[in-house]
Amino acid sequence: MNGSQRIEQAIRQSGEAGRTALVSYITAGYPAMASFRSDLAKVASVSDVVEVGVPFTDPMADGVTIQRASHAALEAGVTLQWILDEIGAMDPAPSAPVVLMSYLNPLLAMGFGKLAGQARAAGVAGFIVPDLPLDESGELDQKLAGEGLALVQLVSPVTTAARLAAAGRASRGFLYAVTVTGITGGDAGGGGNLSAYLHRVASSSQVPVCAGFGVRSADQVSEIGRHVPGVVVGSALVEALERGDDPAAFLTALRPDA
Amino acid sequence: MNPDADQTAENEDLLAALLDGRLPDERGRFGPFGGRYVPETLVPALDRLQAGIDQHLHEPGFQDCLAAELRDWAGRPTSLTPAPALGREWGAEVWLKREDLAHTGAHKINNALGQALLAKMLGARRIVAETGAGQHGVASAAACARVGLPCVVYMGSIDCERQAPNVDRMKRLGAEVIPVTSGDRTLRAAIDEALRDWVSDPVETYYLLGSAVGPHPYPYLVRELQAVIGRESRSQILEHCGKLPDAVIACVGGGSNAIGLFHGFLADQDVSLLGIEAGGRGGGLGDNSATLSHGRPGVLHGSYSILLHDEHGQVQETHSISAGLDYPGVGPEHSLLASIGRVEYQTASDDEALDALDQCASLEGILPALETAHAFAGARRWAGKNRGKTVIIGLSGRGDKDMPTLSQYPPKKASR
Repeated sequence: MNGSQRIEQAIRQSGEAGRTALVSYITAGYPAMASFRSDLAKVASVSDVVEVGVPFTDPMADGVTIQRASHAALEAGVTLQWILDEIGAMDPAPSAPVVLMSYLNPLLAMGFGKLAGQARAAGVAGFIVPDLPLDESGELDQKLAGEGLALVQLVSPVTTAARLAAAGRASRGFLYAVTVTGITGGDAGGGGNLSAYLHRVASSSQVPVCAGFGVRSADQVSEIGRHVPGVVVGSALVEALERGDDPAAFLTALRPDA
Repeated sequence: MNPDADQTAENEDLLAALLDGRLPDERGRFGPFGGRYVPETLVPALDRLQAGIDQHLHEPGFQDCLAAELRDWAGRPTSLTPAPALGREWGAEVWLKREDLAHTGAHKINNALGQALLAKMLGARRIVAETGAGQHGVASAAACARVGLPCVVYMGSIDCERQAPNVDRMKRLGAEVIPVTSGDRTLRAAIDEALRDWVSDPVETYYLLGSAVGPHPYPYLVRELQAVIGRESRSQILEHCGKLPDAVIACVGGGSNAIGLFHGFLADQDVSLLGIEAGGRGGGLGDNSATLSHGRPGVLHGSYSILLHDEHGQVQETHSISAGLDYPGVGPEHSLLASIGRVEYQTASDDEALDALDQCASLEGILPALETAHAFAGARRWAGKNRGKTVIIGLSGRGDKDMPTLSQYPPKKASR
């Protein structure tokens, strides 16, 4: 099974088991480089997919929590190469598929060809690139597809019908429905608009839809889970790690259905 | 054909495409540079902006309104001033394009006014802007007051300190100024924060970007609105001298005043175009803001352009004595002009800029902005190698806002 298929299968299996799939985000090497592998293993043990954030100096789609985490990780010396080496060295490998979430420039700096080969060798299943809209994503998508890796597309509540259809066709692994217009860690919103939006996204997508941006509570997980197969938890998990909480316990508490 | 000849032919094709108006292309590219690297949430807003530009920007109704406001409110055309004392000192004929005389004291008003009028037509309810030196913030605050839209300006906390007079001006003009304490706390962090604001409300908020950077269509829009500088300069110099200048020189941070000035002369192959970047205190990473001189291609703030970043793609901290040039990126059109060789880009150090500023102030009675002073330093060097030739310097803004910084550097006796 290639990376895209592993992601898709993990989310579908969760649904077959009657659970909302949990897609959990951590910033690589934060709060500490030394605990990255054990943090990742713990998070993977209770998640269906794990997003590993590659820190960048100018995270324009992120709120204060992930800005702070990115800055600290860079100060500590985290690089994309280090992240790939660490993930590749994990034994056993993380128990859930790993997707790297990175702004475009660190990926460009490594070179897409080298990136795709090294990512596959490290066991990474795919990528999410928040500053790479569909129209600009052809070159990276082609290189990743050559190694069976997913490029997850994002859509938001202001995405037009035509773009939604195109993203639903192009996305691999899953389709990421940003639940708010805004940055990560803000208010997740809700209400009738959310359900209409998520149904619109779900009906446009050929891969499972996972929704998030600002999900913090078990109530939000179950509310979103009523409409789409998966929920993304990011800033709230990073804050739990900052506090020194056990990430597995924190995530388990978000999943009353598990 | 040999590879060099291929390259020359390709460069000529790209310049021809630019002059014909075929660049940026439909993907927002100036050759390889430009594009739209933004979160999906902003794509519909950029599409609406593009549609608004297509519908309004070159329509007679909009152009008449803009021209009237530029004339009656902003004070255009600005003068082209002979600088005989500098000319004698340097051994050249020197002309100054006086954007410092435009309302609010810099070229920034050309863009801010044009975009504020456009935002109003597009039904925006609120404007956000970023600012480095504070000149774009002041221009945006003034233009928003004029058209009747609320304005929020993001400004790095370091810049708030070194350009304090401009913070007070923005507030007097009715803008809310939000100091940015994240990132590098200068222009770059202010753009990050303005983009975050815009991502949160892409429907009712209009982002009034101040330089020829960012995702398409901003580099194009800003250039079109600043091109008035070059158009006026060209006709003024022909009127005064009956011939074109030998060189046109401007400072380059993001590059809006330079692109506006250069555009009037791009087709005049005998006119040398020279952009001067901030050389800071030296050539090392972090010691300057000279993107085109020291950078490599990369993506920041929505476009693919030349960028100061390390081997891991992390954007570098920059340094310049001038807040307006203290930025690790540069507009994509400048990256194209550099790559095809139509514009030559050099640097001037902090010390050279200060020295040139003193010289202009004491010899011509004009205090230029620290940003602008870099263009003077570059022009002085050019004149040393081009005795008796004619040069236009883009005097992009006035230096009053720099008094807090300048007070740390008492004037030396100008080198006469």
